[in-house]
Amino acid sequence: MTGIPHDLRDTEVDRDTVERRLAETWRTRRGFWGAIATVDHKIIGRRYIVTAFVFLLLGGVLGLLMRWQLATPEGRALGPDLYNQVFTMHGANMMFLFAVPVMEAMAVYLVPLMVGTRNIAFPRLNAFSYWIYLAGGLLLWVAFALDMGPDIGWFGYVPLSGPQYAPGKRADIWAQMITFTEIAALAVAVEIVVTVFKQRAPGMTLDRIPLFVWAMLVTSFIVMLAMPAIMVGSTSLILDRLVGTHFFNPAEGGDVLLWQHLFWFFGHPEVYIIFLPATGMISSMLPAFVRRPVFGYLALVLSMVTIGILSFGLWVHHMFTTGLPRLGESFFTASSMAIAVPAGVQIFCWIATLWDGRPVFRTPFLFILAFFFTFVLGGMTGVMVASVPLDTQVHDTYFVVAHFHYVLIGGAVFPLLGAVYYWYPKIVGRMMSERLGRWVAGLIFVGFNLAFFPMHILGLQGMPRRVYTYQADLPWGPLNMFVSLSSLMLAAGFLLFFIDAVRSARSGPPAGDNPWDSPSLEWATTSPPPPYNFARIPVVTGPSPLWENRDELPVASGLRLDRREIVITSVADAVPEARESSPRDSLWPFWAALTTSVLLIGSIFSPWAVVWGSIPVAIALIGWFWPKGTPEDEA
Amino acid sequence: MRLRHLIVSVLLPLAAGGCAGSQSALDPQGPNAASLAWLIGAFTIVCGIVWLLVMIVVGVALLRRRGAAEPADTPLAEDPGRERRKGAVVLAAVLATVVIVTGLTVISYLATHSLTAASGEPLVVRLRGYQWWWEVTYTSPSPDRFVTSANEIRVPVGRPVRLELSAADVIHSFWVPSLAGKQDLIPGRDNQLTFTAERPGIYRAQCAEFCGVQHARMALVVVALPPDEFAAWLDGQLRDAATPANEEEAAGREVASGKACAACHTIRGTPAAGTLGPDLTHVASRQTIAAGTLPTTRGSLAAWIADPQGVKPGNKMPMVPLSADELRAVSAYMASLK
Amino acid sequence: MRERVCADLSGLPLHGKGTASPTFWGTLVFMLLEGSGFALMIAVYLYLRSLAPAWPFGAPPPDLWPGILVTVLLLASLVPNYCVKRWAGHEDLRKVRIGLVIMSVLGIAPLIVRGFEFAALNVSWDSNAYGSVIWMLLALHTTHLITDVGDTLVLCALMFTRHGPNRRRFGDVEDNAMYWVFVVLTWLPIYVCLYGPSWL
Repeated sequence: MTGIPHDLRDTEVDRDTVERRLAETWRTRRGFWGAIATVDHKIIGRRYIVTAFVFLLLGGVLGLLMRWQLATPEGRALGPDLYNQVFTMHGANMMFLFAVPVMEAMAVYLVPLMVGTRNIAFPRLNAFSYWIYLAGGLLLWVAFALDMGPDIGWFGYVPLSGPQYAPGKRADIWAQMITFTEIAALAVAVEIVVTVFKQRAPGMTLDRIPLFVWAMLVTSFIVMLAMPAIMVGSTSLILDRLVGTHFFNPAEGGDVLLWQHLFWFFGHPEVYIIFLPATGMISSMLPAFVRRPVFGYLALVLSMVTIGILSFGLWVHHMFTTGLPRLGESFFTASSMAIAVPAGVQIFCWIATLWDGRPVFRTPFLFILAFFFTFVLGGMTGVMVASVPLDTQVHDTYFVVAHFHYVLIGGAVFPLLGAVYYWYPKIVGRMMSERLGRWVAGLIFVGFNLAFFPMHILGLQGMPRRVYTYQADLPWGPLNMFVSLSSLMLAAGFLLFFIDAVRSARSGPPAGDNPWDSPSLEWATTSPPPPYNFARIPVVTGPSPLWENRDELPVASGLRLDRREIVITSVADAVPEARESSPRDSLWPFWAALTTSVLLIGSIFSPWAVVWGSIPVAIALIGWFWPKGTPEDEA
Repeated sequence: MRLRHLIVSVLLPLAAGGCAGSQSALDPQGPNAASLAWLIGAFTIVCGIVWLLVMIVVGVALLRRRGAAEPADTPLAEDPGRERRKGAVVLAAVLATVVIVTGLTVISYLATHSLTAASGEPLVVRLRGYQWWWEVTYTSPSPDRFVTSANEIRVPVGRPVRLELSAADVIHSFWVPSLAGKQDLIPGRDNQLTFTAERPGIYRAQCAEFCGVQHARMALVVVALPPDEFAAWLDGQLRDAATPANEEEAAGREVASGKACAACHTIRGTPAAGTLGPDLTHVASRQTIAAGTLPTTRGSLAAWIADPQGVKPGNKMPMVPLSADELRAVSAYMASLK
Repeated sequence: MRERVCADLSGLPLHGKGTASPTFWGTLVFMLLEGSGFALMIAVYLYLRSLAPAWPFGAPPPDLWPGILVTVLLLASLVPNYCVKRWAGHEDLRKVRIGLVIMSVLGIAPLIVRGFEFAALNVSWDSNAYGSVIWMLLALHTTHLITDVGDTLVLCALMFTRHGPNRRRFGDVEDNAMYWVFVVLTWLPIYVCLYGPSWL
């Protein structure tokens, strides 16, 4: 209440001054420490996206190594120990360090822009989340480089991952990496929920929220309800390994299948944590490429919510061969089949959108078409594995490997690549190459299908997954060679994608504000957006704001220029309630992440690290939340 | 029934068999696997048709309006009546999805039902998983007729076999695709699996749950024999190990009972009575050694004993230092244990 | 893109109270995700219990007094907790300071008894799965107790500085009080699991 300079409003000065003053207030300071301290969701989102794609690249190299080993029977490229590390790293890396984080990263960047606010809710938590994620990724990869990479499979079944059968620190590193990535993911989920609930632009009622934002909202709730299961699981595992508890030890009243229940109670929703954002991307991109709003907005929202709920009723279909009671298995068959219905609703709504649209055959749209072809096929094999008796033949075989790659790459990575081509101009300010983009889409689509379709047949021909080799007298050699060669085509497509993304950042044609003439709010600001996103907060009057207001955008004024100010609106009707402040840059989230990392990594080696390690964490947290007397602290 | 055969015959070309014995879900040799192959075929056809229909509709939707648009084109206006009619079509498609999914659930349930309906008194065999081999115990109403073997299950044709599955260390999974679906072997839990072989033959099986460094080399064969041959074979297995027929084999027996071998392996009728590794009493009567890794010949036995870590890196059998003579003798003896 | 100013927000408050505050929602969302952690841990407890031939197994049942004392202290603390929340709503600095001092004491007291409660479980975490799961349940709740008491202590200190008289701080106090109710309420099902009659 004291020492505050002039309380300057954007109504009192001209537009240029507004922009200059806002930029001064919201900017990230130059230099190393400025970069560490930033809480700008765009900078953090960009970092998050780039880091996730680096992990994609590394995980892809591991995939190629596996294909090299399996190309011929009795291959000698990798030994069994290294192969087992490589496939575990591939799975753990792709699931925990790429697929989930990249979707959340896209949301960190896009959701605040799409709902018309200036920063994500709890921006410091957001910075913390990124550092924790990075630490978890480094932990895993440094351990792998030191030949301490986990070798227990990405779902780390006990007792193989337990104290008796996994000596050394490999399994601990895997379990603690999970703790890191789950903390990071949970933090982002909290931010997204509060951003969507409270920071939507005035007038953005529930039925005007962009579908990608809806998808991220549902996803965030799934994250919050599912990820604690894996935290409970991995913590119990570490305790079993480190201090001798007996959660999973049948000799002392523990149970081996408890692990599988906990893991899959998280692990199946995990698939939808990856897939729902991708469907949101499709729904949000499609209108620009068929030149009409999406068909069945309400049906799409409801089907996403339904998928979110049903996703918690499917976990046992990963355990059909463990000998659970038959009645239970029948229930899980029915619920696994049932999820085909809301997934179908989405597909039908998109086709209905296409039906009356005029297609614009640009790269993002090509990826949407690749998604249709591939994901629907993966959905069909999903129906197959949902059947208990059928699953007893295909479970843990290459059929399942094919199935989940169809669902995850076809269902999530294709839309993601389309989304990169689509939003890249907004993020970077330059277009990616349309010519290269067609090559990328073509190589990846064809390469993917050639590499993964034959795996269905290999699985039915009896090839189990996770084998480092197979004998020459088994009939799997020729198909494996074909798969390995096709994977090179897929890899070439990805390589070209990375080249295009790096090259276009320097030399792509300037994008302009709205290169695709899209209808949602992120395209109302410049590309790339200024630190404050919107000089004046947009006022939303319909589900496609930029198409409904083609000449001029209604905006709200009256916000202060000297403090980071955002508009808080009501949950359902988005009626403005307050001009809340948004925190300034701070180094404390970085210190908190660093001290937390020391605690978590230390606890792998000594349980006492939890005790002494918590002191610096507490200091960092107090520093984080202690008020600094800035204008943002005013009320 | 004609349909059933048709469906199976569509898939059959994919079911290539190897000389190690058939290991394919598409090459069923017993009623369980046949019923599963039928189910796989039925799902494949229904799902394939649905997929094709969706692709055709997407294709038509793309091509029905000639002339691709540009991003700059003005967004199209929606016609409420048309949107409503499309809503009805979407609703119909959703209902069709419900019907198809329900139908598939029902046939899946019926298939489960048919799998458990085995007739006749089953042969009960205990199968215990170890890192990375299988212990096989043939049970009998009289306890003195129990026989322990490893890495190979012999079964009589036409009689149901009930496997009682357990695990000694980590989770394994028994999968003999030509005869039945898989079932896990889980420490602290008891599972079972019943199947019947309809024809004599050799069916390869493999561990299907990742179980550590040598998961890939944890196979076994199921050998289906005519009932009388099976009975004769079982009687043979009840006997102690063959006595050495010559000096070299006798020397081999000395090595096997005197050296470290006896700490882990049992050879009935000799002092060797270890229980950590496979029972070797009739090792030479089995098709393979080291859980499906090598065919059983004198040469491969020698290679395996000389350097087990070279053949199957990481497995639990240590290299026992033997002189050349000792190695020759012990492999000769092993090869004689029919 | 051209803009047309159609609303003036300068009349809005600089910080919203209650549901207009993002921190309120943040606290709520954290309660949801931690609540699902508690629910899962209780599910693990019930799962292991359903598999065990007897419960508790391999150990005598726990002594009841420390658990009862913790429960009484926690439930009793709800009264001053409610008062602090109300005073914070009225932005009454003097009363909030007194209330937070009381809440700090009432937060530390059950923590001390909690130390004895671990000893009264009569089983070690590494004896068997029963010991592991009840230690874990108790430890999970204790972690929440410690963090919220820590939060209360810091807030208490803060209220005696120049940053105290601020609407934002009073909101923090209200959120902290809400979280304390969560910590107390999550204790009740855990109490039933640990000490409830065996027929439950």
